[in-house]
Amino acid sequence: MSMAIRVIPCLDVDAGRVVKGVNFTGLRDAGDPVELASRYDAEGADEIVFLDITASSGDRQTMLEVVQRTADCVFIPLTVGGGVRSPDDFDLLLRAGADKVSLNTAAIADPTLLSQAAERFGSQCVVLSIDARRCPPGVSTESGFEVTTHGGRRSTGMDVITWAIEGATRGAGEILLNSMDADGTKAGFDLELIQIIRSVVQVPLIASGGAGSLSDFAPAVDAGADAVLAASVFHFGEFTISQVKQALVESGLSVR
Amino acid sequence: MTTQDIVILDYGSGNLRSAQRALEKVGASVQVTADFDEALNADALVVPGVGAFAACMRGILEVRGDIIIDRRLTAGRPVLGICVGMQVLFAHGVEHGTMVDGLGQWPGVVERLVAPILPHMGWDTVRVPADSAIFAEVAGERFYFVHSYGVTTCDLTPHDLNRRSPVVTWGTHGTDFVAAIENGPLVATQFHPEKSGAAGLELLNSWLQSL
Repeated sequence: MSMAIRVIPCLDVDAGRVVKGVNFTGLRDAGDPVELASRYDAEGADEIVFLDITASSGDRQTMLEVVQRTADCVFIPLTVGGGVRSPDDFDLLLRAGADKVSLNTAAIADPTLLSQAAERFGSQCVVLSIDARRCPPGVSTESGFEVTTHGGRRSTGMDVITWAIEGATRGAGEILLNSMDADGTKAGFDLELIQIIRSVVQVPLIASGGAGSLSDFAPAVDAGADAVLAASVFHFGEFTISQVKQALVESGLSVR
Repeated sequence: MTTQDIVILDYGSGNLRSAQRALEKVGASVQVTADFDEALNADALVVPGVGAFAACMRGILEVRGDIIIDRRLTAGRPVLGICVGMQVLFAHGVEHGTMVDGLGQWPGVVERLVAPILPHMGWDTVRVPADSAIFAEVAGERFYFVHSYGVTTCDLTPHDLNRRSPVVTWGTHGTDFVAAIENGPLVATQFHPEKSGAAGLELLNSWLQSL
């Protein structure tokens, strides 16, 4: 027996409400992140990721309440990201009931945030979220992939390999690797991106972006992912968590 | 059946809310506190812990957790350690080449695991001995682990007449490591039962029933 491949649904949350349509039947409130997290838990999700896309920092309290209510009824790991700027933000989320906190743009602006958080709370709760893409014309990196910010709209010119290594060295205990090229295409994960990051870091790797069919998941694992994340395919009811797990099992992989 | 009063020792470590809610879910009455008397007198004490061994030890010593745990165990009163809350029960921990004293309830050293991927993060199986009580209903299940350190050699003989022989459950990630120990009133898990879904709740329920 070996570790189970984790299947993780990601929910975008804006001011305490899930955005992007959710196509579950039988939900009392399809916009409530807590009810959705419970639903995914019941379906066999191995973790839940909340991405807080709230623009206004005045609504931070709303997210903390969502995390608290989720932790009150969902007994699987919960990762929360979005808008985290300081170790104190980490502390508030962990106390509210998050198990892991993901950093993205803030860590690029101040990489010491990763080491500060790892020292204070432990690497196990520090997730580095990387939005990567193939270099567009005019940008060049050794790996051919660069790190972006602002949801893939802004170039940093930084090599994704360099950033992944620095992140892990600074204490990130996990990397959430989003392919901005594959994201939304439903054409499968960016396997080359997964392979090159897997070959340079020893921390667990979550592959994200591009899932469109049940046959997309096993290749991501074969490329080196320890976990697979998807959003819209689950939310729109195209397939369920358990169907993804069944497909992984049929490919000879272990699941919970 | 009377409700068990549980104290989760609050010494500043990580997400305690999940442990509280999980224990409440299986019927316990739970307080999260660092109050010496409350922790000493509760029906059972839970020692949580995430992050660094040395930092957890500092936190526990600051709230005199070492004395609380020692007195409770001497009197045969239940203590449950979770994750680093289990690791600190051993004699020593080694991080970045430095050895730190643990609480010394068991002999043994907590060391960095040797594995291709660390932390050991996710749902894994364990090897449960036949005489385990807490795994009785969930021996074949997976539990949620997140740790880079562990105890890889464990030669536990009862060194305290109040304790029955230790029952050791093993896991494997690169190397074999201690996944859980049941030793009379002292029980500990390397994984997070409060994050292990239905299987974790069932394990916590079995522990509560055993109190």
